[in-house]
Amino acid sequence: MIRSHILVCGGTGCTSNKSAEIVAALKKELAAQGLDQEVQVIMTGCFGLCANGPIMVVYPEGACYNHVQLSDVKEIVTEHILKGRIVNRLLHVEDEKTEQRVMSLSETDFMKKQVRIALKNCGVIDPENIDEYIGRDGYQALAKVLTEMTPEEVIDVVLKSGLRGRGGAGFPTGMKWKFARASQNPVKYVCCNADEGDPGAFMDRSVLEGDPHSVIEAMAIAAYAIGSSQGYVYIRAEYPIAVKRLQIAIDQAKKYGLLGKNIFGTGFNFNLEIRLGAGAFVCGEETALMTSIEGKRGEPHPRPPFPAVKGLFEKPTILNNVETYANITKIILNGADWFASMGTEKSKGTKVFALGGKINNTGLVEIPMGTTLREVIYEIGGGIPNGKKFKAAQTGGPSGGCIPVEHLDVPIDYDNLIAIGSMMGSGGLIVMDEDNCMVDIAKFFLEFTVDESCGKCTPCRIGNKRLLEYLDKITSGKATMQDLDDMEKLCYYIKDNSLCGLGQTAPNPVLSTLRYFRDEYEAHIKEHRCPAGVCKALLHFEIDASKCKGCTLCARNCPVNAISGNVREAHKIDTAKCVKCGLCMANCRFDAISKK
Amino acid sequence: MADLIKVKINGKEYQVEKGITILEACRRVGIKVPTLCYLKDINAIGACRVCVCEVVGARSLVAACVYPIEKEGTEIYTNSKRVLDSRRTTVELLLSNHNNSCNSCVKSGKCELQQLSQELGCNEHHYDGLKQSFEEDVTPYLVRDNSKCVLCRRCVAACRSLQHVSVIGANERGFNTAIGSAYELSLNDVPCVACGQCITVCPTGALRERDNIDDVLAALNDKTKHVVIATAPAVRVAIGEEFGYPIGTNVEGKMVSALKMLGFDKVFDVNFTADVTIMEEGTELLGRVKNGGKLPMITSCSPGWINYIEQYYPELLDHLSTTKSPQGIYGALVKSYYAEKNGIDPKDIVCVSVMPCVAKKTEIRREHINAYKEGKDVDIVLTTRELARLIKRAGIDLPCLGEDKFDNLMGESSTAGFMFGVTGGVMEAALRTVKEAVDGKPLEKLDFTAVRGTKGIKQAKVELGGKPAKVLIAHGIENAHTVMEQLKAGKLNDVVFIEIMCCPGGCVTGGGQPIQPAEVLNNIDVKAVRAKAIYAADKKATLRKSHENSEVKKLYAEYLGEPNSHKAHDLLHTHYINRKK
Repeated sequence: MIRSHILVCGGTGCTSNKSAEIVAALKKELAAQGLDQEVQVIMTGCFGLCANGPIMVVYPEGACYNHVQLSDVKEIVTEHILKGRIVNRLLHVEDEKTEQRVMSLSETDFMKKQVRIALKNCGVIDPENIDEYIGRDGYQALAKVLTEMTPEEVIDVVLKSGLRGRGGAGFPTGMKWKFARASQNPVKYVCCNADEGDPGAFMDRSVLEGDPHSVIEAMAIAAYAIGSSQGYVYIRAEYPIAVKRLQIAIDQAKKYGLLGKNIFGTGFNFNLEIRLGAGAFVCGEETALMTSIEGKRGEPHPRPPFPAVKGLFEKPTILNNVETYANITKIILNGADWFASMGTEKSKGTKVFALGGKINNTGLVEIPMGTTLREVIYEIGGGIPNGKKFKAAQTGGPSGGCIPVEHLDVPIDYDNLIAIGSMMGSGGLIVMDEDNCMVDIAKFFLEFTVDESCGKCTPCRIGNKRLLEYLDKITSGKATMQDLDDMEKLCYYIKDNSLCGLGQTAPNPVLSTLRYFRDEYEAHIKEHRCPAGVCKALLHFEIDASKCKGCTLCARNCPVNAISGNVREAHKIDTAKCVKCGLCMANCRFDAISKK
Repeated sequence: MADLIKVKINGKEYQVEKGITILEACRRVGIKVPTLCYLKDINAIGACRVCVCEVVGARSLVAACVYPIEKEGTEIYTNSKRVLDSRRTTVELLLSNHNNSCNSCVKSGKCELQQLSQELGCNEHHYDGLKQSFEEDVTPYLVRDNSKCVLCRRCVAACRSLQHVSVIGANERGFNTAIGSAYELSLNDVPCVACGQCITVCPTGALRERDNIDDVLAALNDKTKHVVIATAPAVRVAIGEEFGYPIGTNVEGKMVSALKMLGFDKVFDVNFTADVTIMEEGTELLGRVKNGGKLPMITSCSPGWINYIEQYYPELLDHLSTTKSPQGIYGALVKSYYAEKNGIDPKDIVCVSVMPCVAKKTEIRREHINAYKEGKDVDIVLTTRELARLIKRAGIDLPCLGEDKFDNLMGESSTAGFMFGVTGGVMEAALRTVKEAVDGKPLEKLDFTAVRGTKGIKQAKVELGGKPAKVLIAHGIENAHTVMEQLKAGKLNDVVFIEIMCCPGGCVTGGGQPIQPAEVLNNIDVKAVRAKAIYAADKKATLRKSHENSEVKKLYAEYLGEPNSHKAHDLLHTHYINRKK
């Protein structure tokens, strides 16, 4: 008789923090104390609050333990499981000052404003057990679709729900399906884009790791809707846990007759296979993804023709991303109106964001469209560490832009983000504080796209490289205002001329930072100064002679012997030798060294 | 009849076929849109972005070469300021990563990038930045200099879709992208067939033939050497293009004059040795038919084709005729027949050939190709392009020259030999001789029109000695590949003779011929126009059969005995090697 369940996060973050070892230790300890027949240990998907990992939730109390170490296992078993006493010191601290702790995850500010649709089962079920998925209404939507609905009715529900693609561009999902349905071809394909590549975004990975069946079921529904019998999930090989769990899920679904021939005895056939990508960002672009599935070099090709007409292997194809699919089963079961009741006028439902950067609650959050950035950063995200000032939030990954403080209260949806110079993208949300240099941020994202460009078209291949060279020139203090002007023109040229979305959006981080932080660019150019103190070429370190005690600690730590001075006398930095590593400043006990 | 729709281009209304590209629509109504990566029927990938146009309502500019006009009332601008500025920036960006050593580039003056730069008013230093650096890939037949590559991928497309060889593609990505072979291997180490089609489609100087002009000049300047040259059939109908003549002009007489002015001791004609090839190959075919030899027999005069079959279908090598190519026969006869007749020690002879081909540069390096045991039969191969440069370097103004004739002994030729320069030509030449030999009476009709034309694979039925016989002609390796697959599958058992030429169109459009820019290639079927010059000569000629060539008769009477004699075998036949990699 099982009286208690212990759920341990098996997402990538917690796994790399030894959650698998914790599970093993738990099982061993439970057995040692003779509790293994009463307590079940389950490895689930991601809980979302990754900053606090490894995370463990103990039911029926719902106690959520954070930062669990192997050394905590014995105490948890003895105290909580055996004696029924909550291990207080492992509960989440909501307020650093009052040290107020909350017992369950749902009570945290982190969870309060979240609505979990796509992430419904993540952190709840064992992703490697199809029965647990079925126990949470799994495969009911597929049964309903196959036995009660025509393909047209399915498309109609998806259309009416207002669901838009969660992968980046936000194209209405139902429209995509409708176009593919209309294509007259006996062979069509259903594809899933699991080539999540934005730096910092990991929602698709988490869905596949935590709830792979929701994607499989949705793909089968999509196949029925457009008239396809073959699907492919294109997933990057860098996601080994997701690949493994998805394959297990596919095998289980096949075994249960939920994939394969004559599903639910309706005559509907659907086969699903995984295709591994080598982790090229451009393979998230739909035509490049399909080219890669075909076994060729992953490069985009011009549209039209669109994939709904001529896609994979030149056959009509629909491609949706993981998060999009993860919404489908819930829309089918709860109805289009239920889904459309959430969100803003043109952006319905919820969106998962990966919070990162200068924010306390790093992790995955799912919020209704229309939530403001302020709510996400300050309420759900717990604000900015160390009392620093918010400077900007970057959304949309390398294709997106930076949102400054004046737009913190804009409701998040597809169109609003575009209007303020950014985009939804796949949902990366990186917070920056006063210590971030916006030119440096633009450079970071551009370096990424320059590296990830496939090299097919001229504007992206050479244009973005030249753009990056302009940024290098600016951050090293060698640029002129004419360069800034030329650079801006080059941005618009690249957007207007590139072959695919990667190139067309690559200059966005530059343009949006120019729009809101032009003064920072100008400070680099005109004053040879980096206001945030990030750009090394423009920095120098100084010792304040009045504060320096001559302890020699800085000189001893300097890797290039750039600091000289006698004991108990003020020291000096030779700026010609200095490599600006900052070790001296970090080691000074008298706050005598500053960066200017 | 396709649907017609109304479109507006640059403010003016036109009716165009629904679904055609902007580029095609513009071409049909006489509006020029510049292109770089586009090559009609070969490469339409929208990569270079030189052809961008503005479509009203479209989010960004679109590539005219791939954008289909589907909607009635589509409004297009091909030369708005937005478009022209964009094109200029695109070319300036290409120039910013280009080895702009135009003064010493073999393509200068004919370079499509250079022309675009001038037309679009580019400043080559607008975007100064890091340039990729490369080492040249040097092979005996071509040189790839990626510092001049613009990544249009026309070479990749030609290699893949025309030639089915696909030994080149894009390596690396982003700014580091470069065309090369898998694992960055040299072309020397991959199964390249050395056809040189990549060179003929390259818009810049990134691909060029391995230049042997200096070797020829050195030989001409060496008083101890007796330097002999001969030109292949297709050279004379193309070299004029390098001197301003229209495509398809036969400048044989002027070319011979120029060669004599250059100081060659003898100027011979490969058309003559092509006639000899027919004698040998025709006899070989008749022998195989009579003695139950391997059939169908396949021609062996195209070295790119030989490179292909040896590397890709070595199991079919015994279908190949053992007769050497006309270049091979020329070299063998110069160092034996000609040397003996004139009392010259073959070691003092430098034998030069001019070929429409870069694979011929590989042919002279083959094992077992040389009949002359102390050295090579053919010492130096020049392409048509190199000969044109040699003539220019020597300050000879070809158009102003009078017409001269090839030298005796190996200078007379039938137009059957001349036809070796075009797809179907070897077949037609062979049929003229073989049919007459089998039928035992003069042909009533010399024109075998079924074997002519630019269709990829041609079939014809002829009557030989009262019995029907089937022959097949293929050109371009893509088609050769199809034929080889059919042969392997036993579907060609009723065919007696197959002609295969490596290059699409045959030698007239070989990899060593003058290069025409995309602007021409997209509008004119160069192979058909050059071929016309050969058929025109054949129509006018009186000597149209190889076996009626008096110098050929003399060669057999005085030296070889008869076709396929022991001596002929020693000198004029070869064998092949399995080179599968």
